Amino acid sequence: MEPVDLDFEEADLELPSEPMTLLMGPSHPAMHGTIRMVLKLDGETVQDVDIQPGYLHRGFEKMSERGTWSQVFPYTDRLNYVSPLLNNVGYALAVEKLLGIEVPRKGQLFRVILGEMSRIADHLTGNGAIAMELGAFTPFLWFLKAREWIYEACEEQTGARLTHSFFRIGGAAFPPTEKLQSQIRSILPRVLEVIAEGESLLLKNRIFLDRTQGVGILTKEHALGMGASGPVLRSAGIDYDVRKDKPYLTYGECDFDVPVGEDGDTYDRFMVRSEEMRQSCRIIEQSLDLMKKIAPGSPEDAVSITDPRIVLPPKEKVYSTIEGTIAHFKLIMEGINVPPGEVYGYTEAGNGELGFLLVSRGGGNPWRVRVRGPCFFSLQAAHDMIRGKMLADIIPTFGSINMIGGECDR
Amino acid sequence: MADVTHLETRTLGGGESGFATTKFEALLGWARKYSLFQYPFATACCGMEFFSTASPRYDIARFGAEAPRFSPRQSDVLWVVGTISQRQAPVLRRVYEQMTEPKWVIAFGTCASCGGFYDNYATVPGIDKIIPVDVFIPGCPPRPEAVLDGLMLLQDKIGRCDRTPETLKNTALPDGAEEALEKLYQIRMKP
Amino acid sequence: MSKLILERLKAQFGDDILAVSSFRGDDVAVVKPSRWLDVARFVHDDPRCDCTYFVDLSAIDNCDPRTDELDMDDRFEVYVIAYSVAKKHRVRLKTRLSGDEPRIASVIPVWSGANWMEREVFDMFGVHFEGHPDERRILTYDEFKGHPLRKDYPANRTQPLVEYRDGTFNKLGPFLQDEGMPLNRSVLPDERQ
Repeated sequence: MEPVDLDFEEADLELPSEPMTLLMGPSHPAMHGTIRMVLKLDGETVQDVDIQPGYLHRGFEKMSERGTWSQVFPYTDRLNYVSPLLNNVGYALAVEKLLGIEVPRKGQLFRVILGEMSRIADHLTGNGAIAMELGAFTPFLWFLKAREWIYEACEEQTGARLTHSFFRIGGAAFPPTEKLQSQIRSILPRVLEVIAEGESLLLKNRIFLDRTQGVGILTKEHALGMGASGPVLRSAGIDYDVRKDKPYLTYGECDFDVPVGEDGDTYDRFMVRSEEMRQSCRIIEQSLDLMKKIAPGSPEDAVSITDPRIVLPPKEKVYSTIEGTIAHFKLIMEGINVPPGEVYGYTEAGNGELGFLLVSRGGGNPWRVRVRGPCFFSLQAAHDMIRGKMLADIIPTFGSINMIGGECDR
Repeated sequence: MADVTHLETRTLGGGESGFATTKFEALLGWARKYSLFQYPFATACCGMEFFSTASPRYDIARFGAEAPRFSPRQSDVLWVVGTISQRQAPVLRRVYEQMTEPKWVIAFGTCASCGGFYDNYATVPGIDKIIPVDVFIPGCPPRPEAVLDGLMLLQDKIGRCDRTPETLKNTALPDGAEEALEKLYQIRMKP
Repeated sequence: MSKLILERLKAQFGDDILAVSSFRGDDVAVVKPSRWLDVARFVHDDPRCDCTYFVDLSAIDNCDPRTDELDMDDRFEVYVIAYSVAKKHRVRLKTRLSGDEPRIASVIPVWSGANWMEREVFDMFGVHFEGHPDERRILTYDEFKGHPLRKDYPANRTQPLVEYRDGTFNKLGPFLQDEGMPLNRSVLPDERQ
């Protein structure tokens, strides 16, 4: 018997291929931020994607306009909640730029040390998440183990595990405790060991390499035009790090390298983050040494400035002297009097350039606080990393952007 | 069977084996409370502490609530971890409605419980405005210990077949606990 | 910081640059709305400015609803920040728009990254961008009415998508200036409804 389809062309036998629309998220195990993607699929190939952020929009900018300048700190903690201290530092530096003041040396070093600890925690989580998205659960658990040590050290210094609200306009809430040197020095080698262990599990693993190398490529020109920053930009081969290009605090004195990738793929982003953690360890060690060199009792040996119009008086003075009580009352009830002006202060946060545009009209309330959340920009660039690739590649690509809902949607 | 004894159980002795009687619901509750499949609806900062709770140090698996299920149809406990914005609210309710009975809800953190300090146009002031909640765990974010405490409170409630909403409260440490903790900390911090 | 960009801009555009300033080292140029796109393109393309890196785009609402008219001139300030990775300098371009139907040209042809930022400004402030390919809300939802970052939008006016359950308690509104301790919160009178 002859086959029935003898008269047909091969192409006619194919089923009509219409693009399929697939909704991914906002509650999806791989979309570990809250984000929704509307995908147009041709088979398993992504023809087009509409990325929809905004599921964690909590009105940061509106809330900042309501309170005093100091009341913004708790909200900044919850922007990039994986590295809250870096946000604290960023906001404090922006307000200090507007006020035109500078923190004493010890306070600057303290900010650098705690900020870099936060950066390590951020990158550990980000890299662990990439591994987890690819099914490698063990490195994720190991990185989280190391992150617990960092949380412990930060808790010792600030009193909170995650949302510290520790730095103040003009300094920090408390001076470093006695354990600072010994504790951090004992943690760093162990953290480095865990990073090396995690890498040894992943970097010779065929699955990990095949699924990250050459996936989610972001080109140089595109990264610039999109405003991507931090590890995403550096992995694309652009050597831009605010710590190097416009040094703030004591970063200018530290000797560290800025790792730069070549291809701009997921693998490079993983490696850049990995190397940045090692560099952060170097910065912390140098800063601890510099801190030891500060002569006790000298003007440098303070974490906060002493201007009573900006910094709260010590508690014992509040309870025992009238000047202290009044200064405390004025600062709490009216807020710090910031002169009119408009500045853009920016620092290198976990995900890249974290900028605060502050507008003051005088008085205790900010008129406008605009935050440039770095991963909002990186996420926008994800559109081109994903399009034309396979559906399954979305997950590691998305993981390597390290999108943090609080910072992206604000 | 020590757990069952407070569930209006009568133990009838006699021979070497003996047997116990109890209400069917109480037995079911006792069986259910240690096999919770959870759906982590992690949206915000509290998710970081949720990771920590699930990770080796705090190890939520010790409490019979290890397996996450990302399908609402397979899960018993909905952890609402983090702020729920107005835009997210329909999604949360849809997930809740898709879960099969019996189901429980834990509001993890202040934002999920009452909206926290996000008192504004974008945030739902507490998920109990949208779905019923069994346990509220305050804290911004709560420490992993508090989360485990909240889980135990939920298990207790499941055992008692109690569906009234309850908030996790501070409990005082027993005498000598603080010194013991400090000692533990010193041992752990040794290089 | 170098004032090079500001001088180049003044030489190129003359009176269309309304003002320049360098407060605390931030170079700012205020541009006429009609020349917005031209100035942006110049900053991007000119080899001596070379600001190819897109840093930020957002807006500021300058209207105080307690004292000012809502459709005042110069109500909205839209700004864009651009940076040159090679030359390590940055510039902030600003333009002022009236409160009545604010419109401005889109800078997406210059920096493709402006897409989401302009959507955000539209969402938050209600500023329209001419030539934007996809002007939708981005952070709030389509059903949302009004623009939350405008100063006349009360901070706690919610627009729920899901009907609230019965039997739950409502929060009290914040204190007003004349009731108890406001802790210097800036609260509009109609937030207590």
